[in-house]
Amino acid sequence: MTHTLGRPDFELIAGWIEPGHRVLDLGCGDGTLLKHLIDLRGVQGVGVEIDDANVLAAIKNGINVIQGNLERGLDEFADQAFDHVVLSRTLQTVRHTEGILREMLRVGREAVVSFPNFAYWKNLRSVIDGRMPVSEDLPYQWYDSPNVRFFTLLDFEDLCNKMGLIIRERSVLDEEGNPVTSEVNFLGSLAVYRLTQTR
Amino acid sequence: MPGQSVGAVESQRAHFDQPLHLRSGGVLPAYDLVYETYGTLNVAKSNAILVCHALSGHHHVAGHYADQPQNIGWWDNIVGPGRPLDTDRFFIVGLNNLGGCHGSTGPSSTNPATGKPWGAEFPIVAVNDWVHAQARLADILGIDSWAAVMGGSLGGMQALRWSITYPERVRNAIVIAAAPKLSAQNIAFNDVARQAILTDPDFHGGNYYEHNTRPLRGLRLARMLGHITYLSDDQMGAKFGRELRNSAFSFGFDVEFEVESYLRYQGDKFAGYFDANTYLLMTKALDYFDPSREDDGNLNATMARSKANFLIASFTTDWRFTPARSKEIVAALLANGRNVSYAEIDLNFGHDSFLMEDAHYHAVVDAYLRNIKL
Repeated sequence: MTHTLGRPDFELIAGWIEPGHRVLDLGCGDGTLLKHLIDLRGVQGVGVEIDDANVLAAIKNGINVIQGNLERGLDEFADQAFDHVVLSRTLQTVRHTEGILREMLRVGREAVVSFPNFAYWKNLRSVIDGRMPVSEDLPYQWYDSPNVRFFTLLDFEDLCNKMGLIIRERSVLDEEGNPVTSEVNFLGSLAVYRLTQTR
Repeated sequence: MPGQSVGAVESQRAHFDQPLHLRSGGVLPAYDLVYETYGTLNVAKSNAILVCHALSGHHHVAGHYADQPQNIGWWDNIVGPGRPLDTDRFFIVGLNNLGGCHGSTGPSSTNPATGKPWGAEFPIVAVNDWVHAQARLADILGIDSWAAVMGGSLGGMQALRWSITYPERVRNAIVIAAAPKLSAQNIAFNDVARQAILTDPDFHGGNYYEHNTRPLRGLRLARMLGHITYLSDDQMGAKFGRELRNSAFSFGFDVEFEVESYLRYQGDKFAGYFDANTYLLMTKALDYFDPSREDDGNLNATMARSKANFLIASFTTDWRFTPARSKEIVAALLANGRNVSYAEIDLNFGHDSFLMEDAHYHAVVDAYLRNIKL
């Protein structure tokens, strides 16, 4: 969950966020994305992070960080307190998938969600070869992976549809971070969505 | 322990002639505050940190006295060169609050109007009264605005109150193991402690000084009860379990279990040096604390008056002021768009965790303070 500078989904997310916006980053790690957004776009940022070392690192980075467990909801945040609520490469680690998506759109006008696509062709090839996939976007062995939900772009879009969430924008990237525009569920390694819901 | 102690320190005393009008309606015509300082106030007077004490604390926060090398400050582990409250960078101020029994004016001080100890005549003091008194001490020291006001438990409540009462004079508030107000259970514990003192035959309506006695039994019980609530069940289990002092049951009421021995010792020790009237006042200050009362219970509206940046910290095993209570403060600050960070620290010492030396806990405070611009 630790962010590294120059991550391609960060660049995308940063491009969607306007100066001065209020941004909540769920699973903010050491606060790299928020620091980037604060420094470059002058946003007001808050992060949520569960891990002690990351909370400390975020405080060192001068980021407002609230230690907490996403599985328990976002009670300390008021309705519509943020313009954007970011969940970067974390949805697959959360058990209460619907719960966190609802919470994101309760506290924010827009949810920005990125996750690894399990139907990416290299992942499929791994499984056909008899091995669980390990890649740039799925960098764990099966026995130490924090991931608890395994899904594809099509699966995620079905859930959005079922929940009445509106997909405002979608960007799909390959393992090198290059945009993928066709056969996205097969050629895309990482997906980034902007979601809203009607009120 | 990383860093160093501040070494030998000396207490100072400030006298205040301007009457202090208290929340209870009482007035203190004049009073003394004892305090200590560590480090050097910079030329801009921008590096001062006020450390507020909790129920039984005082002005001796760090270091030791030259003639009493064993008398080490109550939060020594966090103050000193290279420690989180780094005296190479900050000027640290600790004081004994009004109503205390460590040198500042309190119930055991002489009431100039009568020439006798104040005793029961000493007015009830509230957290906000302490904050006003602390502000006058800041005036004397030439400190217009604190780099930070910090404290744990009742000390954290003073830091929170500072940010509301004097928003222009607090740039950062560090509120540890505190709550925005006490719960019914908290008040209930405090009242049992008070009843132990008030019903002690040696209490004499608070004027025990003139009877040359002290309500030691009540104060001892109050401390024993309080002490249980400061520790975690796990910690007591690990430390004492069901260990017996002797190998077999004695089927009597003398000390048998180690935990009884420990509590009685703690109670006796405390009753030996603390003043019962001060204990009563401190617990009432806790019970009355509720800044949101000024806004019909709306803490969001109250915290709207604050301007400081905040570090809020709680401890997972603290059942006296649980993490949920700290998060009430966090929520009110977030609702106002304040800069706030919140750490929920996994330490096994219950409410007392805030006094403990723990690498992660101290690293969090250190990291926060290092980012403060002076």
